[in-house]
Amino acid sequence: YTFECCYNSLTFLFFSFRRQDVLTVTPWLAPIVWEGTFNAEILDSAYRPLNLTVGVTAFAIGKYTRFVGRFLESAEKHFMKGYRVNYYIFTDNPETIPTVQLQPGRRLVIVPIKKYPSWQEISMRRMEAINKHIAETSHGEVDYLFCLDIDMVFYNAWGPETLGDIVAALHPGYFNVPRSQFPYERRSSSAAHIPDGEGDFYYGGAVFGGLVKKVYEFTKTCHMTILTDKANGIMAAWQEESHLNRHFLSHKPSKVLSPEYLWDDRKPKPPEIHLIRFSTVDKDYKEIRD
Amino acid sequence: ADVCTFGMLISKVDICAEEICVCLYEFYRSFKDYLHSHIPCRRRDVLVLTPWLAPIVWEGTFSRDILNAQYMQKKLVTGVVTFAVKKYVQFIEGFMSSANKYFLAGHQVIFYLFTDNPEQIPHIQMAPENRLFVIPVQNHSRWQDISMSRMDIISRYIRSQFQYEVHYLYSIDVDVQLFEHIGVEIIDALVGTISSWQYTARRESKSYETRTESQAAIPKGEGDFYYTASFYGGSVAEVYKLTRACFKGVMKDRENGIEARWHDESHLNKYLLYHKPTRLLSPEYYWDAELSRPRIIQVKRMCSVHKNMLRTPGIPGSIMWAMLSCHVFLPLDFTII
Repeated sequence: YTFECCYNSLTFLFFSFRRQDVLTVTPWLAPIVWEGTFNAEILDSAYRPLNLTVGVTAFAIGKYTRFVGRFLESAEKHFMKGYRVNYYIFTDNPETIPTVQLQPGRRLVIVPIKKYPSWQEISMRRMEAINKHIAETSHGEVDYLFCLDIDMVFYNAWGPETLGDIVAALHPGYFNVPRSQFPYERRSSSAAHIPDGEGDFYYGGAVFGGLVKKVYEFTKTCHMTILTDKANGIMAAWQEESHLNRHFLSHKPSKVLSPEYLWDDRKPKPPEIHLIRFSTVDKDYKEIRD
Repeated sequence: ADVCTFGMLISKVDICAEEICVCLYEFYRSFKDYLHSHIPCRRRDVLVLTPWLAPIVWEGTFSRDILNAQYMQKKLVTGVVTFAVKKYVQFIEGFMSSANKYFLAGHQVIFYLFTDNPEQIPHIQMAPENRLFVIPVQNHSRWQDISMSRMDIISRYIRSQFQYEVHYLYSIDVDVQLFEHIGVEIIDALVGTISSWQYTARRESKSYETRTESQAAIPKGEGDFYYTASFYGGSVAEVYKLTRACFKGVMKDRENGIEARWHDESHLNKYLLYHKPTRLLSPEYYWDAELSRPRIIQVKRMCSVHKNMLRTPGIPGSIMWAMLSCHVFLPLDFTII
């Protein structure tokens, strides 16, 4: 039995889809999706016949409407290509939403929403708005729903490898630092509190999703914990992101996306990141949040 | 270093240089340990995720505590189907006593024991959460027919009974014993177990049916893994679909006067090629006792106990080519022919 076994076709297949430099499965056996772990063709052939519709929610409030055009144009190039997609753009200013040419099977739905006085409030009310919208509308229109930040651009393929029951993404700032440095909410008076020594990952609030039913459930739970904090006069360190992390600690995601799916262009690219799929747009936070 | 190219390059080099390359690679890899350093579960020496993102369950990849916590509220009920026909009744005691101890301990398990000889079943002490149903079944003169009729029986009983009683169902050969816990890490929609024969010199003897006349035929060059028919399962809905499809294939073959090379196992492999499992179990979960254990198998949870195979003239220390392993050449127990 010789070294020819190396050239067996099965071996070749597995040498191509393998990452050993990163963790690719969580301790609860959820896959962590990195470039090089999956074969897009196999996944496509499994998901296409299901005739799925994927929804995307994004909030464009106040000055954030300026990001909608680029978000949608880049999504048309890279997000779930070949699938039916509904973009739900929540905005306080429907007239400022640009018209973007969409591929067949894809549509834009504008969801009018109230503007809250502070950006933190706007951010935290997203959970409630998404939850309400699912109950009223999107539960009957989509199978999967992703909730994304609007001030981002797609640069590379985002496909059915991201579909799962409950999907969270690793925050780009914390995937390669020790857990003690995760910016969890540490005050025990908050409902988003995670004590020292606990926690699996630090998930980013800019990307989460899953089956529409599951997204409904966890946006409801997050909204409840946010209201609890409000009643106690406390606001979590990173707003709804802290609540999301608390939630995903006790209700673990069934799939985790690597920081390729939630990148920050201001960060230098480490060797683990082979490909950037979805990333922040450079902006002046002070100017835009006032 | 690009692992793929690296792996293919060193296959052309002789053993000494290979050892150096492997050392260098290990040295490089050790710097990566800061990533998720609080997570102790990590296996780098084996493939832990399929190209369709199904986890492959090995010792060291999961925390059973975390998984058990996930199932606490769910009141999981799992069924186990096993067949003890003719002389196989001798294995019942060993199977049931070890399964009661190690199979989904602490969770509700219903054992469905199909036998042609209900009177010969010894008294079995069941764990308090578990139940046993003994179901009489007809035997056939050929063991291959018994084997292949299992698919038909399972699908019929799912439809008439099991779907109302369990959430998940696993088919397990009776001539096995469990030595280590098999827990909720096996629970998923469609689960296949990688055959332990993938690791042996006799690999070519356990492979897909290639004759195109058979319904179980897999075209040359295709195939992900070779799965064993001794342990597979999933949700009742998925197992129903699988067993129906396999039995249909068996019947069609019978009409055409052909029998697949490895009987129901060939049909199982065909099905799982085109309906990818959502989770794979490593050969830890079913180890054929005839084979000696390679280093990548850290635990043997369930092993066959039959000894009806002739001792094959051995290649000393058996070759452990693991295509799932990162080392193209093998560790110390590798013997060059």
